[in-house]
Amino acid sequence: MTDKNYISTGSEWTFELIERYDQEIGKIAKEYQLDTYPNQIEIISSEQMMDAYASAGMPLGYHHWSYGKQFINVEQSYRRGQMGLAYEIVINSNPCIAYLMEENSMTMQALVIAHASYGHNSFFKGNYMFRSWTDADSIIDYLLFAKNYIADCEQRYGISAVEDLLDSCHALMNYGVDRYRRPYPISAAEEANRQKEREALLQKQVNELWRTIPESDKDKQFESAARFPSEPQENLLYFIEKHAPLLEPWQREVVRIVRKTAQYFYPQRQTQLMNEGWATFWHYTLLNTLYDRGLVNDGFMLEFLQSHSGVVMQPAFDTPYYNGINPYALGFAMMSDIRRISETPSDEDRYWFPELAGRDWLENLHLAMRDFKDESFVLQYLSPKLMRDFKLFSLVDDDKDSELEISAIHDETGYQSLREALGNQYNLQNREPNIQVYSADVRGDRSLTLHHIRHERKPLDESAEEVLKHVHRLWGFPVKLLSVEPQASGVCPIPLQQFDCPKSQNPDT
Amino acid sequence: MNYVIDRRLNGKQKSLVNRQRFLERYRKQIKQSVEKAVGERSITDINKGERISIPRKDTDEPVFRHGKGGFQEQVLPGNKEFISGDRFKRPQGGGGQGSGPGQASDSGEGMDDFVFEISQSEFLDFMFEDLELPNLVKRHLMGDVEYKTHRAGFADVGNPGQVNIVRSMRSASARRMALGGKDRRKLRELEAELQELARSPVPDHEQQQQLEEEIHRLKGRLKRIPWLDDFDLKYNLHVKQPVPRSQAVMFCLMDVSGSMTQGIKDIAKRFFILLYLFLQRNYEHTDVVFIRHHTSAKEVDEQEFFYSRETGGTIVSSALKLMQEIVDKRYPPAQWNIYGAQASDGDNWNDDSSNCSRILSNDLLDKVQHFSYIEITEQDHQSLWHEYQQIQAHFSDVFAMQNIRTAADIYPVFRELFQRKLGQDGVGAAV
Repeated sequence: MTDKNYISTGSEWTFELIERYDQEIGKIAKEYQLDTYPNQIEIISSEQMMDAYASAGMPLGYHHWSYGKQFINVEQSYRRGQMGLAYEIVINSNPCIAYLMEENSMTMQALVIAHASYGHNSFFKGNYMFRSWTDADSIIDYLLFAKNYIADCEQRYGISAVEDLLDSCHALMNYGVDRYRRPYPISAAEEANRQKEREALLQKQVNELWRTIPESDKDKQFESAARFPSEPQENLLYFIEKHAPLLEPWQREVVRIVRKTAQYFYPQRQTQLMNEGWATFWHYTLLNTLYDRGLVNDGFMLEFLQSHSGVVMQPAFDTPYYNGINPYALGFAMMSDIRRISETPSDEDRYWFPELAGRDWLENLHLAMRDFKDESFVLQYLSPKLMRDFKLFSLVDDDKDSELEISAIHDETGYQSLREALGNQYNLQNREPNIQVYSADVRGDRSLTLHHIRHERKPLDESAEEVLKHVHRLWGFPVKLLSVEPQASGVCPIPLQQFDCPKSQNPDT
Repeated sequence: MNYVIDRRLNGKQKSLVNRQRFLERYRKQIKQSVEKAVGERSITDINKGERISIPRKDTDEPVFRHGKGGFQEQVLPGNKEFISGDRFKRPQGGGGQGSGPGQASDSGEGMDDFVFEISQSEFLDFMFEDLELPNLVKRHLMGDVEYKTHRAGFADVGNPGQVNIVRSMRSASARRMALGGKDRRKLRELEAELQELARSPVPDHEQQQQLEEEIHRLKGRLKRIPWLDDFDLKYNLHVKQPVPRSQAVMFCLMDVSGSMTQGIKDIAKRFFILLYLFLQRNYEHTDVVFIRHHTSAKEVDEQEFFYSRETGGTIVSSALKLMQEIVDKRYPPAQWNIYGAQASDGDNWNDDSSNCSRILSNDLLDKVQHFSYIEITEQDHQSLWHEYQQIQAHFSDVFAMQNIRTAADIYPVFRELFQRKLGQDGVGAAV
């Protein structure tokens, strides 16, 4: 009657049971080649969970009023019962820290361990975005440094001075990330070496004739009018940190701290769909394997499946529950779909995914996890079957058109464009206005000019005015933001919108 | 290697500082809410937390966003009847944003105010912020004294835990110098002599030996001086000193004659409660004395003070006289900060008003920190008010009076009475 192999039968959790589940799940994860950081599982209370929420999951953060606001917000809606707390928070660090709430039942704890400590954890370790942009070994140390440094600054320069600075940096946080690696600065010796090489090269090419050519005035003028920076810069915080004329050294360090934090979160913002999909797929697969091996009973599975199906539910666009595409639902469906296509491909799948069909599903899945972000993942793997399952359609709202139009639905003619539209939707560069430092008048009045390059003619929201005040506070001199259509380089663009800070006296000029 | 760690016992309230920062930032808005709330509250729950709401746009942190317009394409799930090429009218109003039917549901909540609760003590903080008690606080030693230990130099006796190493070593070293000084001088002389002797061409071995013996003897003596002696030891001395505590007594004086209706009493009660809460925050210990009067005055407990009904005429001076007696008997002004608050509808036996004025100015006002009189009436003022006005002219630093018409006036009047007066610090020093 009773199978002695069950790890647990009740719903109460104990530390021994958690360790036991962790071991068993870890064993199975290894069989599926999930490569993870060591796990640090921490049990916390619901109040601590709200604390963790408020600080974006960071185990330690500097003090700022906005985190207080966040906390009050979470606390209020939790008290009113409008919102359940997440069962877990997991941090991309080495060891990988996962928070489990004490209120969870044993089943939920096992689910969370599988989801966070093996799903998310292996994603953090394997995905290329995280590998190239975050350093899991040092993040905790860095956060600690940041916290202490900012507390120090508050002591020395006053809380409000630091708070104002942080406000301004936070407003630009999304514009504090590098999308491409900067070359490492070269050493002084290397620099000297290169200069010597250049000199030697010039020496070799000396041709006395060239010096007889008269210099034209025009060239000179052009030279002095050369823009700074010579190329537009998209990392506003980096530019400010390095070039803002009036910032004190400690202020530059604070800007840097916010910039580094933003960079740390950059991969997470680009891989939400994949990350949640991957973790959900694995908690589903790992727990089912536990069941197949007779380690958990039917009651466990029923509770698990109930909460799993709640997580992966996708309400239709016209229901009151609709709140965008659920990344758990779509991500889980896409990951499972890769397995399905690999194992039991239909003719359609063979046509669309020749490189997946009939190959080892685990290998396919790991490849998808490692080398993609949300945008490319959708472009590569969203199958016609899923589009039909989700009944996806795409709606175009063009301000040149008086009506809305359904541009594609889940049919033969629509698959390709639906997939592209959804991919675009996940493209961070499309979601956020593209704002760049165009020029800084370093020799004149030191004013800063930013350009907003329009994407599909979308204008800037009026909130830009407020943000610009923050830019002005950091830069210290007049700041101008022009919204322009993309142009070939060299053509002077016509501004479609203009924001100034401080406001210019007569807006016509 | 995996670890499971129990963090539940770790500090809660990691966000407490952040919360305070938030409250600090929205101080102005919160204060407005608090002030509004004080006016609307019933008598009993003045001492609770409060719901605060701030317009959400004030708490927003601005970021660059796309505005309406341009070309927007959105992929939505759950298609039922659409086929490609279907066209619709753009939904008006709420759904806005040009983002199609889906957005309408979640945009409803975005415009709400940011609502949250502050605790009781936060509430009172905001309520009494920038109010101050008009006169200097007297601190005095009370019967149940608290002690605090202070350092008080060094002593020769003490327990071993309090030994002061530096002082002990210093005195030991002095003692050694004093005891060995003579011998050491002698020793130096002998050593010099010995050297002299060794350098002389004809060494006198006998004398040399004698000198060496003497040196040996002296060295021995010096060695016997103890390194540390009992009386070298010095100890840190701590003494207990009583800590002065500030204490206040508040006298609530109220007319309970027939003309005082329950409504007027409620208003008076609110005023008394405000004053009580305010005193409580400023003093470590606060006593309250309730005196009610019609033609004669009586000290009563709180319940009787506010709720028992009496009828009859009104002689205000009886209450003042009783207050004076109680002060003399139980609350010596040297030890107590005395506050008086009198509430009345302004009725008084005509001849009595001058009595009141006399008692106040001769006997009471030089003993109290502050005396406030509120008249709760919508009618014309009577003789009491006019008498008091003269007192106010003479004793403007300790005496204040205000007229309250409705419950909504209470808090503004209270604020006016205790508003922090800039540049008037130390006015009460004369008391």
